[in-house]
Amino acid sequence: MSGASDVIEAEARRDVRNRWLLSMPALLIILLAAAGPLLIVLVYSFLTPGPYGDVQWQPTLSAWVNVFLERDIFDETLSLADAHVSIFMRSVWLSLVTTVLTLLVGFPTAYFIATRPDNSRELWLFLITIPFWTNLLIRTFAILQIIRNEGLINNLMIDLGIFARPVQMLFTDGAILTGMVYVYLPLMVLPLYASMEKLDFRLVEAGYDLYATPFRVLRRIIIPLVKPGIIAGSILVFIPALGAYVTPSILGGGKNLMLGNLIELQFGQGRNWPLGAALSITLMLIVMVALLFYVRNAKGSGARHG
Amino acid sequence: MADLNAVEIRNVSKIFGFGEFAFAAVNDTSVAIRQNEFFTLLGPSGCGKTTLLRLIAGFEFPTSGEILLNGENIAAMPPFKRPVNTVFQSYALFPHMTVAENIGFGLQMLGRPKAEIEARVAEMLKLVRMEELRGRRTSQISGGQQQRVALARALAPQPKVLLLDEPLSALDYKLRKDMQIELKRLQAETGITFIFVTHDQEEALTMSDRVAVMSAGRILQVGSPRDIYDAPTDRFVADFIGETNFLKGQVVSSANGIADVDTGVGGRIAAALPEGFTPQGEVTVVLRPEHAMLCGAEDAGACQMTGTLENIVYFGTDTHYHVVLSDGATAFTLREQNKPMQAARFAAGDRVGIAIEANAARVLRN
Amino acid sequence: MARQFSVRRQTGFTAIAMVCFFALYLPIGVLVIYAFNAGTSLSVWEGFSLRWFVKAFENQQVIEASIRSLQIAVVAALVATAAATMAALATTRTEPYRGLTLKYAFINQPLMIPEIVTAVALLIFFSRIKVWTGYSGLGYLIAAHTAFCIPFAYLPIRARLENMDLTLERAAADLYATPWKTFRYVTLPLLWPGILAGLMLAFVISLDDVVITEFVKSAGQDTLPTYMLGQLRRAITPEMNAISTLFLLLSICIVTVFFFVNKKRI
Repeated sequence: MSGASDVIEAEARRDVRNRWLLSMPALLIILLAAAGPLLIVLVYSFLTPGPYGDVQWQPTLSAWVNVFLERDIFDETLSLADAHVSIFMRSVWLSLVTTVLTLLVGFPTAYFIATRPDNSRELWLFLITIPFWTNLLIRTFAILQIIRNEGLINNLMIDLGIFARPVQMLFTDGAILTGMVYVYLPLMVLPLYASMEKLDFRLVEAGYDLYATPFRVLRRIIIPLVKPGIIAGSILVFIPALGAYVTPSILGGGKNLMLGNLIELQFGQGRNWPLGAALSITLMLIVMVALLFYVRNAKGSGARHG
Repeated sequence: MADLNAVEIRNVSKIFGFGEFAFAAVNDTSVAIRQNEFFTLLGPSGCGKTTLLRLIAGFEFPTSGEILLNGENIAAMPPFKRPVNTVFQSYALFPHMTVAENIGFGLQMLGRPKAEIEARVAEMLKLVRMEELRGRRTSQISGGQQQRVALARALAPQPKVLLLDEPLSALDYKLRKDMQIELKRLQAETGITFIFVTHDQEEALTMSDRVAVMSAGRILQVGSPRDIYDAPTDRFVADFIGETNFLKGQVVSSANGIADVDTGVGGRIAAALPEGFTPQGEVTVVLRPEHAMLCGAEDAGACQMTGTLENIVYFGTDTHYHVVLSDGATAFTLREQNKPMQAARFAAGDRVGIAIEANAARVLRN
Repeated sequence: MARQFSVRRQTGFTAIAMVCFFALYLPIGVLVIYAFNAGTSLSVWEGFSLRWFVKAFENQQVIEASIRSLQIAVVAALVATAAATMAALATTRTEPYRGLTLKYAFINQPLMIPEIVTAVALLIFFSRIKVWTGYSGLGYLIAAHTAFCIPFAYLPIRARLENMDLTLERAAADLYATPWKTFRYVTLPLLWPGILAGLMLAFVISLDDVVITEFVKSAGQDTLPTYMLGQLRRAITPEMNAISTLFLLLSICIVTVFFFVNKKRI
């Protein structure tokens, strides 16, 4: 009537339009150089491999069949399918064990940092932040040096007379696991710390006041309260671990593959881009399921606490 | 043009949310604020006083209605074009600027020449007695000093109207008292219209030329502090400001703005009527505790009401008497100023009479 | 003597934390120490020497890869931070509007997809474009790095914006600052630490990237990390330790600055 409400409405419309304009550069860059190409991967997974890599534009489902299933005896590469299943299983298994181990070590560490007095807490936090932002390759290389046959651990054990000769640790699943726990540990500690920092210790006091032992306080009060941090940390470790490429390729050698290496193989020596594409999509689907689990749980715990 | 109102609010509503969640923070409210007055919006939290202030400042836009500044409708004008400045409750001083930079900010934004800005900043610093702190960061000065800087910053561009959003609420008691006097002085010296928002009735009564009492998005009564206190026309106003006794009664007769009311607890009370209001039947009469006196049972014939003294509370400056009137249900409080070395005149359980001062009782509209 | 009871104490936690910190720093420490080894071994100490640092500086491939890494990181971090700043301004401090959730999902998308998948996708996409356009310069690497840097730059900027007091901007508007002037004189100076943190984060993330670079790069476009990855598959000398040590030093410098910029509250 007075025109004021029209003005407000026009103002709101312009605000939303400006906000779209402002976010355009970021959205376009991500569309072109991250999100968009994923669709092409999907398309490629339904094509026929070219003789020297790349693809031929003949639609087929064979890449998807090859992800898990063995076809039959006429094909020479049939043994691969079996290997795929075991690599999938190993990847999921190693990632789960990595997540559990980082949680077991990371939880007390985060708790330790969160319970420091204000002045020294920053320093401990800083000490976790440094490895967090140090090159993953360098950290993997550091582990490599320690567990090599001529590495620190073997040398020490031989000097102490515990080992008679070097024990082969490199190029085993154990090496991959060690490397991944080492590399992803800060990813677990930081979100755990973030939720422990907010922990209200009056609730812990109330627990003790009501006759709970320290262990019960931990189990019934602290862990439920920092559950969002536990879930966030677990997701943050599990997802990159599942797609890990650098750590298993350096510490696992050529034999002990994980999904990331299997995918890489299809684009390198394997020259089977459609299969690589199909494997990538499969990996993405597993990650989506994990994220969905996360969203469910994050929402559930949010509702309960607040 | 001097007879134009500084600010005029015409049938303004502000509705937040939609559908069943819609909530009218300001509900079809009209009020006129005169030139050069110290005008206070008083009410409990959530009554809409801050929303009304933000509508005048331009941080919110009304859902309907008009806001006139010196006769010009500014309802749709963005805040940076309104010649109105605000002193924020949290002060909102820019943490990355010095005291002087904060004060000069408005003039700088208006594109005034450097020399003029400097002169004006110096003048403002002097006005709020902060000359020696001009180069300080705003995080390095005390709460009271921040308050002064916020005032100086809002006054520097010489606004037509200054809006103050509970500016004293963050200060401790002593500082608040000083700032009340300081604000009055600044208003007198600058001659700018002040619109002051507060929930503190004492602040409102001591500082204002006129007060508007708000509740649930509406202005219930506008008047001088004396009007508001002595002659509340509305139950909420009477209850919110000071202590009040509410008495039910039947109108026996009314003439010349005075009603004769039978309260059923003794004699009749002569109570003033709100302007243009001639009620029939049951009404509510209000009476301030300090406008009634206790008298002994033997003098009860001269008193308008009788009752039983329930308890006596000594307050130092005065004594409060809590009486249950002779209907056995209505509570009534009296307040008497103490005199030096005065012996207690009454004891709990005494039968007492209550005498009412002339012109003290008033009939409410509702 | 009985230890005084503390509500914060949990038995064994401090010990585990100490082991954790020790285990985190021991391998890095060993790596740094052997960078100064006079001999060619990574595990037998033969005296102090700077020879491997000298060797690294004389290695043309290392120098070229380092320069390339820095070029990519500088451009990618700057572009990503600018885009992320705008995106953060567009997605914070507003009533929800249509498409807002989509924007969040989109901006954070590079964080949610395993790097190897993005790497594969870019390999396929860019190899097509290379064939079509004939261009095979650093542009592809810069574009890819910019994209995955955006969510990292976005994070601290958005956090800073959301913690910023809206009344400061209202105060500016009240004092006759137009929206642009409000941004220029109030929002931007207060947002600056967040932007700086985002820039440094993006820079480090770009500098550290291995997987996407490994897949996207054309021949002769090694960055320092992909060069190192290649070397790790061969016989390793302390030269790798020397390069790693220098790289570490740079990272630590940036992290330190980041840490303090981010902690600083105006």
